Amino acid sequence: MKKELSPELKAVEKYGSDRTCLIPILHEVQKEYRYLPEKALRNIASMLDISLVDVYGVATYFRSFSLEPKGKHTVTCCMGTACHVRNSPGVLEEAKRTLGIDAGETTEDMLFSLETVNCLGACALGPIMVVDGEYHGEVTPAKVKKIIGKVKHQEGRD
Amino acid sequence: MVKLIIDSQSVEAEETWTVLEAARYYGIDIPTLCYYEGLSPTSSCRLCVVEVIRGGRSRLTASCSMPVQEGIEVRTNSERVRKARKVIIELLLASCPNSRTLQCLASKYGVTKIRFKPEDRGCILCGLCVRMCEEQMQAGAIGFVYRGVDREVAMPFHTRHEACRECGACQFICPVCEMPCQGPMQPGQLCNACLDAVQLEAFPSKD
Repeated sequence: MKKELSPELKAVEKYGSDRTCLIPILHEVQKEYRYLPEKALRNIASMLDISLVDVYGVATYFRSFSLEPKGKHTVTCCMGTACHVRNSPGVLEEAKRTLGIDAGETTEDMLFSLETVNCLGACALGPIMVVDGEYHGEVTPAKVKKIIGKVKHQEGRD
Repeated sequence: MVKLIIDSQSVEAEETWTVLEAARYYGIDIPTLCYYEGLSPTSSCRLCVVEVIRGGRSRLTASCSMPVQEGIEVRTNSERVRKARKVIIELLLASCPNSRTLQCLASKYGVTKIRFKPEDRGCILCGLCVRMCEEQMQAGAIGFVYRGVDREVAMPFHTRHEACRECGACQFICPVCEMPCQGPMQPGQLCNACLDAVQLEAFPSKD
């Protein structure tokens, strides 16, 4: 019987077991689990032969890594200056209301996570909302409902 | 051998030395907090700042990690250095009022007021314990986690890690674990008990 390789092992095989490969490995593992479970961090630490606290330090340092389970879809609202003056707080407020969660939280059905980001570097398009890597420019509170509703529809949860 | 000038004395130093090592070799005192002989320097406390003059330009540099160079002039106790150190001590004390080492340094460098918003964090993030644990004790149980204002020294997942042997080296080496002579200090409060005596000793030429 063929045993399925763990995502950690697959990532280490892909990037090599050097300690400089830690960040791509963590990204790869997070893609699989949607967060970084403690067990995965322990496995990675022993495979790369570095101490667990080094792995934990990197995982807590970067905001793109999460130690809490994240939702299937990530909604990110830009809170940068340019977006702010074009009413990104209103957009975030609407996103919070639509999803029923606060920024940084995940819905109970594990479908959505709401995040904020300080700037996405696309200020001309502001206010920006990113849903699963897809950029939506010039978003208004009214559009937020539509965009999130579309994703919900695909999931069959309207 | 490298020839350089430290506090207007011509001295010779080995190529591998840092400015701090050279100064200490010749008996010149430079205060440090995050430096410990045998551990790698990280220059995180900045207390060892010295003025390095090279090609007519002077700049403040952390001496614990700066290698000696031919022909540089180092001033370890100039007005500019003392001023910078005073601010550094103030900043460190604002985040760590209950450190005897820091309170004594404040007296020595004549810091009589803290102008920053005090907040007792009980740690100056010098990283001595982290390096001690990893380099000397070969354990690697503690490390820096989170970032920015949330940065702290902790064990992974904030629970006791199996790599920790409870050897106590981290506490031994911590520069802020000891209470000041006059007992616990409120954030922003200074001990300054030996201010006059220490000042006279540190800078006897001062009128």
